[in-house]
Amino acid sequence: MSTLQISEIVGHFGPYGGRFVPEALIAALEELDAAHQAAAKDPEFQKELAELHRTYTGRPSILTEALRFSQYAGGARILLKREDLNHTGSHKINNVLGQALLTKRMGKKRIIAETGAGQHGVASATAAALMGLECVVYMGEEDTRRQALNVARMKLLGAQVIPVTSGSRTLKDAINEAMRDWVTNVEDTHYLLGTVAGPHPFPTMVRDFHKIIGEEAREQVLQLTGRLPDAVLACVGGGSNAIGIFHRFISDEGVRLIGLEAGGDGVETGRHAATITGGSPGVLHGTRSYVLQDENGQTVESHSISAGLDYPGVGPEHAYLHDIGRAEYRAITDKEAMEAFSILSKSEGIIPAIETAHALAGAMKVGKELGPDAILLINLSGRGDKDVQTAAEYFGIPLDGNAPAGK
Amino acid sequence: MSTPLEELFVKTRAEKRAALVAYIPAGFPTIKDCHRVIQAFVDGGVDAIEIGFPYSDPVMDGPTIQEAAVKSLENGTGAQDVLDALEVAVNAGVPSLVMTYWNPIEKYGVEKFASAIAARGGSGVIHPDLTIEESAGWLAATDHSQINPVYVVALSTSDKRLAQVTANCGGFVYAASLMGVTGARASVSSGAEDLVSRIRAVSDLPVSVGLGVSTREQAREVAAYADGVIVGSAFVKAILDAPSLEEGISAVTHLVRELALGVRGQ
Repeated sequence: MSTLQISEIVGHFGPYGGRFVPEALIAALEELDAAHQAAAKDPEFQKELAELHRTYTGRPSILTEALRFSQYAGGARILLKREDLNHTGSHKINNVLGQALLTKRMGKKRIIAETGAGQHGVASATAAALMGLECVVYMGEEDTRRQALNVARMKLLGAQVIPVTSGSRTLKDAINEAMRDWVTNVEDTHYLLGTVAGPHPFPTMVRDFHKIIGEEAREQVLQLTGRLPDAVLACVGGGSNAIGIFHRFISDEGVRLIGLEAGGDGVETGRHAATITGGSPGVLHGTRSYVLQDENGQTVESHSISAGLDYPGVGPEHAYLHDIGRAEYRAITDKEAMEAFSILSKSEGIIPAIETAHALAGAMKVGKELGPDAILLINLSGRGDKDVQTAAEYFGIPLDGNAPAGK
Repeated sequence: MSTPLEELFVKTRAEKRAALVAYIPAGFPTIKDCHRVIQAFVDGGVDAIEIGFPYSDPVMDGPTIQEAAVKSLENGTGAQDVLDALEVAVNAGVPSLVMTYWNPIEKYGVEKFASAIAARGGSGVIHPDLTIEESAGWLAATDHSQINPVYVVALSTSDKRLAQVTANCGGFVYAASLMGVTGARASVSSGAEDLVSRIRAVSDLPVSVGLGVSTREQAREVAAYADGVIVGSAFVKAILDAPSLEEGISAVTHLVRELALGVRGQ
């Protein structure tokens, strides 16, 4: 299937990807690319990473069949890939450990990272603590309020958290600030980017560190059911957990790949973060992909109840998979996501991250479309502990423990 | 046919001095008052003007130019306002160009943007985040419209890459004097002189140095080894800090006069 071959000529995915960065960063990107390629071929590096996965992260993550949730999804078999059970509570640790090892390999002593919900920031601070690296995390001031618990967590791990007060004060501005730091301190600093966006080699490298999710899941599904799933679903902000679970299935033509974007108040309202569904091709943060932008090419602010999906860009490989028709992307509103959040919590005893709830809401729709014979594999990318306050407010549950319970 | 910018550097080289290049974002402090700042540049004796296209995600800019970009975007500045400001500068008789991040060009249309610059009499475009690997369409467009594509190079750029970048560059080479973002600095990085000599080893193009220059003394220091001295944040700061627009404008004129002496070695 020639149409399914992903073009990776100098970091491109069809017309997407590439490098749109100040010349000051080119040397560092080339050094990183070379380190990544050398590490990919180095058995010692692979062994060290695999050992960390086994003894630190807790891989392989298990597959859980959601028997009671199934009734809300048209009776389809629902298989959850439990990335929420990884150390630090999400898939983010896979990439962070890989890049932290590369940082040491390159002889750099300091990492910087951006974070939205705080998951990537926590994972970065964790890896920095483990490997003795200095860690600075940039986080939009708005997000430091929404995710105060994760700010405390990062500080406990020894990281410095810098609230970003420029622009919309969210993830996109945290990335801008991290890039400004990197341009200034590139000699001793690695920018540990948390998603499959940014300039080459980040989209390819971060995918490579996450593709273990799909590799494990494909084996686990085959072992459990004797066949491949009908569809693989994941939420998409920047798109790292989605590309991680999709990648091994790209060559399995019969398997539908479905990314669920943050529809916010609804794509038609303009208040959303559904970049592929509601955006257009453009350049943001060093890569060409879909972008939420106005007629002058200015980035439009995104909106989502989920801080981790509240980003007006998306990884270039997703843009390409969309354009060639290999993956589908749909928008899930805040309301639909929160309903799925509640249903999974009450039917399975698993509180998902609000990001992940978008994938679950997608599974409820796709399950109803495909019926009870279908097998759906869902990346349960993160746990919802960090979202308890947001969810409690949403559902009207008082946090003082005394007042009457809400919905 | 050469652009007014190319002719300028022929002239300043003959005069054995550097050119003073001044930057202001279009739409700052307002869409109309930006035109007054341009006039202040001219009154003070500037040699070339860069009109900035304000952008929502300016990763190469420090707090001063970020603040100006935010104000400009709040004023509703769009591509037409950028082109209008460019035309004001050109009509004042000064070689002028636009400085912009890449996405606004791509959104406007690559060929259309190059021809719009040419139609307004602009000499070229500086694009700090466009790499040569992504430049095929843009180079064809600038070649067709006979305008200069100006690339920015850095202290970390290897000699091999300097040769590749400057081979595609036109008008002048923009040498970023330090590893970092725009904004006034107490001193100009000592690495700048070395970078300029490394560029001269691979290219005959004029070299202008930017990032961190804000005083006459710094301009004089840079003019000793470069063909052009680029100043931006210092003008924006003068306007932001002034109690009134009138005082801001007169501070800009005064600073341009000072810098114009500096680039003449005075």
